[in-house]
Amino acid sequence: MPTIQLHTEEQIWDFLKEVTDPEIPVLNIVEMGIARKVEVDEDGKVLVKITPTYSGCPAMNAIEKLVNEKLKERGVADFSVKLDFAETWTTDWMTDEAKVKLKDYGIAPPEKTEDEDDDFLKSLSNTKIVPCPYCDSFETELVSQFGSTACKSQYYCNECEQPFEHFKCI
Amino acid sequence: MSTATKELTKQEAFLTYLLRLADDRLILGQRNSEWCGHGPQLEEDLAIANISLDLIGHATALYEYAAEVEDEGHDEDHFAYFRDDREFTNLQLCELPKGDFGFTIARQFLFSAFSYFQYERLKEAQDEQFTGMVNKHLKEIKYHLRHSREWVLRLGDGTEESHNRIQESFDELWMYTDELFYMDEVDEWMIKEGLGVDSSEFKDEWKKLVEDTLTEATLTVPDWDQFMMSGSRKGIHTEHLGHMLAQMQFLRRSYPDAEWK
Repeated sequence: MPTIQLHTEEQIWDFLKEVTDPEIPVLNIVEMGIARKVEVDEDGKVLVKITPTYSGCPAMNAIEKLVNEKLKERGVADFSVKLDFAETWTTDWMTDEAKVKLKDYGIAPPEKTEDEDDDFLKSLSNTKIVPCPYCDSFETELVSQFGSTACKSQYYCNECEQPFEHFKCI
Repeated sequence: MSTATKELTKQEAFLTYLLRLADDRLILGQRNSEWCGHGPQLEEDLAIANISLDLIGHATALYEYAAEVEDEGHDEDHFAYFRDDREFTNLQLCELPKGDFGFTIARQFLFSAFSYFQYERLKEAQDEQFTGMVNKHLKEIKYHLRHSREWVLRLGDGTEESHNRIQESFDELWMYTDELFYMDEVDEWMIKEGLGVDSSEFKDEWKKLVEDTLTEATLTVPDWDQFMMSGSRKGIHTEHLGHMLAQMQFLRRSYPDAEWK
């Protein structure tokens, strides 16, 4: 007789931790703050809610697909994955561990976001210093607010003469 | 006198409102994407491509919501690929050819500045799903505005060549700015329902930001009191939109049921 295996929310969270961001493979979608909510109802139906980082992020469709594949692979029979736009993703949702991993990977992690509304028009290079993820020097400069993906900007370290990327704070 | 016009319902007004917002972003995003591989330098190539992605992302979300409001079983692709130019309600400003880099920057600055003030107010809309989008898009709009504003300053206050070229761009774009603040019965409905904004409320703020930036960039503010284009919210466009749509929609219309695998 076939048995239907039911999963706890905790187990589902563990499965989700096995899904990594296709653009930043050292981070999983839980520590990125992309996987926002897991609900298991009494019939064992699982609902996973994910929130896009940037509206135009091309990785989002890939992530949705990867979550679907992962849950199938892990034997979750009845589930749905929903994109949730009601909450606005912020880099503050990223865990501290994730930020350490980012730095080790060579991407300067985002700082805490601030209420910058009054002076957001000021040049970023005048208002913010991003330390180099390689040599920790503060002698860095902004090259461009936009980088290889929507979530990153480009910097250059004048100390170790390395270009590097910074995960933008939003 | 025409015979009695059909009364606009709230649902129709909201649908139109969402489509106007979405059309602006799709058309400008598509236009900017023409820079991909042609930017004046690698960083700017990436920047404009990123801005395009954001704008098309905003349009996608708005079209998806429009489809929900319309409730006729359409999806976002229907609005992007299966409507003709007269059905598009984007600003003419957004459809103009990309011009040189300065032109693209000048246009982006005018548009992003408008979007910024508009979205700052749309945050208060009485609809959670809508404001969820608005809050997200606003963060990105700020990046676009900061980026284009910095370039206006740099080009305006740069060489004689860059100064003259971006001045010409603003001169050329000026007659497309009045439409940003166009309002009709659709807006009236939305303001009444607490879903839309009254753009006349922030017109002075927008003008001040534009004038201050141009002045700081050593540019001359063109005359606001000149001939202004109109009609885009009713589907009246320049000749350029049709050409763009032909290219953008061709593949999808030739193979309407094709799917990405």
